[in-house]
Amino acid sequence: MLAYIARRIVYVIPIVLSVALVCFLLVHITPGDPLVAVLPADASQELAAQMRTAYGFDRPLPVQFGLWLWRAIHGDLGSSIATGRPVLTEVLRAVGNTVTLAVAAALIGFTLGLLFGLIAGYFRDTWIDKVATSVAIAGVSVPHYWLGMVMVIIFSVQLNWLPAVGAGPGGSGAWGWDWEHMKYLILPAITTSVIPMGIVTRTVRALTGDILSQDFVEALRAKGLRELDVFKHVIKNAAPTALAVMGLQLGYMLGGSILIETVFSWPGSGLLLNSAIFQRDLPLLQGTILVLALFFVALNLLVDIAQAAIDPRIKRG
Amino acid sequence: MTVMSDTALQAAPATKARGYWATVGRRIARDKVSMVCAFVLVLIFASALLAPWLGLADPYQGSMIRRLRHIGTPNYPLGTDELGRDMLARLIYGGRLSLIIGILPVILAFVIGTSLGLVAGYVGGRLNTAIMRTIDVFYAFPSVLLAIAISGALGAGIVNSIVSLTIVFVPQITRVAESVTTGVRNMDFVEAARASGAGPFTIMRVHMLGNVLGPIFVYATGLISVSMILAAGLSFLGLGTKPPEPEWGLMLNTLRTAIYVNPWVAALPGVMIFAVSICFNLLSDGMRSAMDIRN
Amino acid sequence: MSETSPSVELLEQVEDVGGAAQPLLQVSGLTKHFPVRGDLFSPRKTVRAVDNVSFSIAKGETVGIVGESGCGKSTTARLLMHLMKRDAGDIVYDGMQVGRALSLRELRRGMQMVFQDSYASLNPRLTIEDSIAFGPKVHGMADAAARLLARELLGKVGLRPETFANRYPHEISGGQRQRVNIARALALSPRLVILDEAVSALDKSVEAQVLNLLADLKREFGLTYLFISHDLNVVRYISDRVLVMYLGEVVELGPVDKVWDAPAHPYTRALLAAMPSSDPDNRTETPPISGDPPNPIDPPSGCRFHTRCPFAEPLCANATPELSDVDTMGHQAACYMAIAGSGHSRAPAKENDKGATAA
Repeated sequence: MLAYIARRIVYVIPIVLSVALVCFLLVHITPGDPLVAVLPADASQELAAQMRTAYGFDRPLPVQFGLWLWRAIHGDLGSSIATGRPVLTEVLRAVGNTVTLAVAAALIGFTLGLLFGLIAGYFRDTWIDKVATSVAIAGVSVPHYWLGMVMVIIFSVQLNWLPAVGAGPGGSGAWGWDWEHMKYLILPAITTSVIPMGIVTRTVRALTGDILSQDFVEALRAKGLRELDVFKHVIKNAAPTALAVMGLQLGYMLGGSILIETVFSWPGSGLLLNSAIFQRDLPLLQGTILVLALFFVALNLLVDIAQAAIDPRIKRG
Repeated sequence: MTVMSDTALQAAPATKARGYWATVGRRIARDKVSMVCAFVLVLIFASALLAPWLGLADPYQGSMIRRLRHIGTPNYPLGTDELGRDMLARLIYGGRLSLIIGILPVILAFVIGTSLGLVAGYVGGRLNTAIMRTIDVFYAFPSVLLAIAISGALGAGIVNSIVSLTIVFVPQITRVAESVTTGVRNMDFVEAARASGAGPFTIMRVHMLGNVLGPIFVYATGLISVSMILAAGLSFLGLGTKPPEPEWGLMLNTLRTAIYVNPWVAALPGVMIFAVSICFNLLSDGMRSAMDIRN
Repeated sequence: MSETSPSVELLEQVEDVGGAAQPLLQVSGLTKHFPVRGDLFSPRKTVRAVDNVSFSIAKGETVGIVGESGCGKSTTARLLMHLMKRDAGDIVYDGMQVGRALSLRELRRGMQMVFQDSYASLNPRLTIEDSIAFGPKVHGMADAAARLLARELLGKVGLRPETFANRYPHEISGGQRQRVNIARALALSPRLVILDEAVSALDKSVEAQVLNLLADLKREFGLTYLFISHDLNVVRYISDRVLVMYLGEVVELGPVDKVWDAPAHPYTRALLAAMPSSDPDNRTETPPISGDPPNPIDPPSGCRFHTRCPFAEPLCANATPELSDVDTMGHQAACYMAIAGSGHSRAPAKENDKGATAA
């Protein structure tokens, strides 16, 4: 098992380097001189040349990448042009809020998804299955930012039950685990949960159906095993794949939160990305994407290892 | 033997056999859900295409005095938007851009990804490793993040939004195409074709394409659903279409200010995105089960 | 081919250059090792799928290859067809080295193959007629002529062309599909047909029909067969000579009757003893070989059978015994017990052993 983990980690290194390269190149595919983003609009030629040297933009690209990577490894992702604060500080603060949202959404989405999936798979081709499948299809097909708007319309505008935007009273951005703050979390979390709910439902339904139609289940039933025990076998066999899918979904929620955070003005990494894009704050854009992608890679690694730990069919040798 | 072949060669009532695609088509036609989805999609496509001839109001012509009318207002069956433009006209005209920016990336990615996947799967070896490892890099990004990162870096615009979504979908289609191709390539009939002396291009044309395009096509159809949501999402963020063009994602964005005044009109463009997305999803499911012919 | 109607054009056969005395196929030292995907932390290993296999097939003969699954039978077939690159060894077709005197493309006309899985070996999207006509068209035959030939061959394999030509593989039975595969192989006018477990997946009654068909076709078209099977009864029925393979090596070869009546290798004996007998008085109760075949990734040293052989002695583990003559009829075995003076306690004494050393 340890050897397997070591091997997985070794395999991740080239991926991490490639991710860094893509993030680095993002700034260089932007139209125009990357310097424009860092310079004040009225900068003189002289200042421009000075800055160019200071930022290393006059060196060949591979050298620039090397320097950038070296600084990044040491936690220096540059400074935000808009605020002047270090990018890493900004990103990590925002990521905390995104994690809160993603975990809350995962709790809702995975619970419902597992429940619907198991029921639908167990009662395949009955009306219960049809209802669960329809909910799942709707979940994966709905434009979630629009669903967010609809939720705001219903629960904030019409019923006035829950706040529409922000992450807490007073707009301080400081999160707390009390009802005053939780109220702000409910709508964005439910909205975020629909896609993972749909995907987990579909996955678990298919897994359950496949496992139940296999010969060994017939054999278990023939041996006089109670339905509850059959069900345990189903869970045991479906768990590795379901876990992998859920891990991936958690990653998508962390990385793909920009639309929902924009709808609800949730002060997470997505909202940060949004402002970075529109203020042309390229260091912040680059840093946020790098951190989110690394989160995603790390999560995938953890899922792989966890899957190998519970699934004897995955070869660890 | 002689007797046998002689009788066999004599005329006998010919039985009409049905080809694979004809069977699949018949099975889809019998599936009610798929047919309803196809009908809805045809309706949306046709109305978008024929919008100028439908006698609709001018989708660009606004008026300050008739802003944000409710659904059901005479002459404005679906109300008016924040600039007083007819919502029905804008929703129907909006289909033009929305469908293009949603579907074109998948078509482009289908062409590019299928080519890459076919080559990787058929040639195998080092070329396969090179292509598939490059693809893996893109899998290290959540797709929404990748789309927004590229769009954000390239800047707002329809072309940039199409380019960024194409880049997001190429790896996904390549992976599917590669795995399907590898699966078919290892089947005995491809070996048999090689054994009869056929070259790689002949084998690709006669034996591979017909067997791999179906599953890739079904997958791509399902991707249109995602692409519609993402393309409209980019516009919603302000990274795609620019005002005053009618486009569902952008309309949703500009109408956000109106949710306190006229919420249900503000939500309408999302219904269109939802409808197209769910129809493509269900159609993809329908095709997949129709193509799963086992005897 | 007298009953072939004059309008049906056949693909020209690869010319017989060597005459009757020249073997149609000569294989020597054929070897294929597959690398097992190693990674950073484990050493690279190889599976010795086919190891130094040599034999020849005379014109008009049927040679059988038998052995347990995984012994390299199918790999041998694919190597002969050049569907897979060999690591070492020579394949000579009618005296012509493939790639030099005979192009690969020509070889493909001269040698065809029928696969075990009748369904997987037909393209599900093509009609039966299209599948059969594909080969001739590749070799330059016009579409109409190729279709005419396909229908003619369907008749030859006992399928009414009017009924079957436009059908798809999933619409016909396994036996019918295998007939189609035979017709497809014959469409290129081959002189050698490799039948890789071609009847193994069929029901017994259908199997018998297809075997009879193969015998008829052999006579009609003057074919030579290489018949690969794990079914000893079938091999005995159809073959003139037989090769016994174990873990990628030939352990015994010879005329089928000689091998059956007087097996010289203990593995062959075990295989024959394990054969289900139709005579109830003649049934064995105890399994003749114990254990599974060893892992081909790590084959035993020396004679590969020594780990399961009841007569194994220390010398068996040291060096691989060579295929040696058992009699003058071409019966050979790779066992120290069959090699005179090998040092094995059961080996026959070398007749002029003492005389040779004295002289």
